[in-house]
Amino acid sequence: MISGEARAPGKLKMRAFLLGDAALTAAVPIVLAFVANGILLVALGRDPFTFYSDMFERGLFDWEGFQESIIRSAPLLLIAAGLIVAFRANLWNLGADGQFLLGAALTAGFAPSLLDSLGVWPMLLATMAIAALAGAAWTIIPALLRGRYGVNEIITTLMMSFIGIGVANVLVKGPFKTDIGGVARTDVVPFDERFPLLFGTRIHLGFAIAVVAILAIHVLMTRTSLGLRLRILGANPRAALHAGLNPVRLTLIAFMLSGALIGLSGSVEILGVQGSFRADFNPSYGLLVIPLVFLARLNAIGSLVLVIAFSVIQIGGESAARQAEITTDVLLVLVGMILLFMAVTEYLRTRRGLGMRFVPPEVAERLRPLPGEGAAAPSEPRPAVGAGEVGSR
Amino acid sequence: MSDLLSEEFLTALIAGGLVAAMPLLLASLGELVSEQAGVLNVGLEGYMLFGAYLAFVIAYNTDSEWLGMLAGAVAGAVASLLMVVLCVRMRLDQIVIGIAIILVAEGATSLLFDAQYAESRPRLDSPSELQIPLLKEIPILGESVFSQHAIVYVGVALAFVVGWMLRRTSAGLSVRAAGEQPEALDAAGVSVTATRAWATLWAGAMAGLGGAYLTIVGAGSFTPFITQGAGFIAIVIAMLSRGVAPWTIVGAVLFGMSLSIATALQLIGVDIQTDYVQMLPFIAVIVVLVLFARRSYLPSALALPYVRGEK
Repeated sequence: MISGEARAPGKLKMRAFLLGDAALTAAVPIVLAFVANGILLVALGRDPFTFYSDMFERGLFDWEGFQESIIRSAPLLLIAAGLIVAFRANLWNLGADGQFLLGAALTAGFAPSLLDSLGVWPMLLATMAIAALAGAAWTIIPALLRGRYGVNEIITTLMMSFIGIGVANVLVKGPFKTDIGGVARTDVVPFDERFPLLFGTRIHLGFAIAVVAILAIHVLMTRTSLGLRLRILGANPRAALHAGLNPVRLTLIAFMLSGALIGLSGSVEILGVQGSFRADFNPSYGLLVIPLVFLARLNAIGSLVLVIAFSVIQIGGESAARQAEITTDVLLVLVGMILLFMAVTEYLRTRRGLGMRFVPPEVAERLRPLPGEGAAAPSEPRPAVGAGEVGSR
Repeated sequence: MSDLLSEEFLTALIAGGLVAAMPLLLASLGELVSEQAGVLNVGLEGYMLFGAYLAFVIAYNTDSEWLGMLAGAVAGAVASLLMVVLCVRMRLDQIVIGIAIILVAEGATSLLFDAQYAESRPRLDSPSELQIPLLKEIPILGESVFSQHAIVYVGVALAFVVGWMLRRTSAGLSVRAAGEQPEALDAAGVSVTATRAWATLWAGAMAGLGGAYLTIVGAGSFTPFITQGAGFIAIVIAMLSRGVAPWTIVGAVLFGMSLSIATALQLIGVDIQTDYVQMLPFIAVIVVLVLFARRSYLPSALALPYVRGEK
């Protein structure tokens, strides 16, 4: 159906366009957001210039701080990788927080005993596997409901996310709880028995895992037949069915892969940073990563850059906020503003709107439903079409 | 177990459940209409937060809970104006903008509260109750259902009014067409943009009112992040109601009760971990969806921008 030579020129053009576009659309809105946020800072009686110079000094130019930023980016990158798989298949996995916390809680719960019985490396591998499996398992119900019956996955993944947060807390306050008093938490994994550090820095193995994962996802989505099938499913589920693809199976694959990566991110946060899981721990990374992934147009490499830039702002901003004696929630405003301005800039540049679902034009062209197809549809099973479908096209 | 039927427990459960249910009911009534018009307000949580904060500030400074409620609705509507301009008018992605609105609302309200009230942490006067004569004499129900803030009765009535308007009026038909078949609405000479804009403003105002209830009646004060996911639950309630407004009452009460059951149980000496109880409604929804999976339905043009002439 889709021949190589028909794809090649469009693809090259697309890439050149994306690169030039990305550079410009990234710079302008960030500056605008900094200005808008600066006005808010002035209104609160703080000096925005001091604030921003503190932010970059800590997050980017200070070696310690920059390492912190890189460390922070590790779980975010894995979440981004997971979201890209699902979003490219036009599946809204909005349950990242539940999947992340389940992975984290199970890792923190099993790590101490596995450490005693197996040793460091088997423990690391086993807990990561458990976390990934848990994350994947958590998406099975939404995937099947969506694939078989077209039940909207925004509802189901959000529901499963709330349940996942509850289960994680039940586990940590119950079976995984230590005897130490105070806030319920799991046993702490000693610092030397967590992820090894890379090349004498403080950056842990989790960052390498995350970078490999997001690059692997890039290759998977752009260079393999599974990736193409997932993108076709995302572009037009009905056409996917007509092309002989199995939408139910593809939905399940995309969702479980997505959940596994996000579950793994929970493991990385525990084994790399936290060392144990405290009750009611919830950094809500999911909500922060979703827009980043969108602004990178579901491109893995673009997401890599944006996530690291975001981590710099977060780490630097936390320190700058402390020095300015305001709450770190000022960063939420800054990030929200960046998003708004990015969207508007993109709109003004192309008049077509950023974040409109990204489908390479040549794929969209090939996948237009054939005439007469609509009439045949009702007699067929209706996987993922019509009911509950959000945002194809 | 006989304690479970005691007057004290049931009164606490129902009264507490209704207090927790009201913000959900008001916000989901708003979201229901805009979903029917094809706009998914992921930022509902953000509207609620703005509403909650401004309602608190106004109610605290004017000593008038009704002015506070009004301010909350206005704040929510103003916040949703962003959605109208960026998503309805400029057709940007509804989910990205929605999340941006939540982030800005969380950050801004937290900062403002911190700057103005962090040290004094003022509380509002306890809200007035409207007790319905005669009905309030009924045991249990009298002290719980029929002794509530007046806005509760307004909210319940609104659920039916909205339901009637969506099904039986031409305005309601336009709203549903905007979400279902915008081309047809456009061809009929009604502006899709205007219809969706009004529906979104309604969602903002109702969510803001829900936030106002949360601070003025529910908590009696504002704390940063006070909504705690209520906006997302309201979106789910609206989706599960499948366009039939009175169903939002059932959904809101179900979620509200399960949020308050732990407190009610503590009253009679049963100490149960709140995590278990708070999962219940979500598990219930999943079970219902698994059993009746085919029955979920959403407007076909939901979250899709409308571009005239584009196919």
